[in-house]
Amino acid sequence: MIWILDITMLFFLVVCAIAAISIKDLLSAIIILSAYSLIMAIVWVEMHSVDVGFTEAAVGAGITTVLFITTLARTEGRSED
Amino acid sequence: MSGIQESVIIRTVVRIIVPFIQLFALYVIMHGASGPGGGFQGGVIFGAAIILYAMIFGIGEGKKKMSDALDKILASTGLTIYAATGLICIVCGGMFLQYGAVPLIPDNPAEVSKYLIDLVEIGIGITVLAVMISLFFNVSPPESEPEEAEE
Repeated sequence: MIWILDITMLFFLVVCAIAAISIKDLLSAIIILSAYSLIMAIVWVEMHSVDVGFTEAAVGAGITTVLFITTLARTEGRSED
Repeated sequence: MSGIQESVIIRTVVRIIVPFIQLFALYVIMHGASGPGGGFQGGVIFGAAIILYAMIFGIGEGKKKMSDALDKILASTGLTIYAATGLICIVCGGMFLQYGAVPLIPDNPAEVSKYLIDLVEIGIGITVLAVMISLFFNVSPPESEPEEAEE
């Protein structure tokens, strides 16, 4: 456990989460969500939970982003609300 | 299709890197019992390699390598491997997935369980890979429309 790294990563996590729900452009939201997943994976690994971190990196930052982006290709790409 | 699919650099890099991603996925599957990783993560990585190929070379080209029929066959094959491994344990007098009950190697249940865990992981990996690829093909836009996905 490294205190300063933990606090920094959790801070970035909150920033990413707030940015992802408040941004209007959906492609940007997806990329920010992918960054969120990557930071979450780093936090998991840093907390000695390598297996969960591995899953988070492969599924959260990898496959989910691809599926969201291909779905986005069929929409207008902007949030109405 | 937009410029990214015509780029020589991206096509060459993808063609070189896809086998290595698949090799890494197999490593993750086979080392799932002793270290981080496992059937699910390895299957996702293997599926991601084929999805990457399909994104760069076009959905049609990807479907040539991995047709819908093959997807269905692989998904059910993996599930069958998993279920069969569990049921063999019941047939040999144990509980579902109680690997030690199978008399594959005499007087060494720990060794048997090592091999059967790998078999189960392979089954999970095959199913996850097929389902991930079919998810991608089902949400991806039709070939004729311009894709803004890869921009």
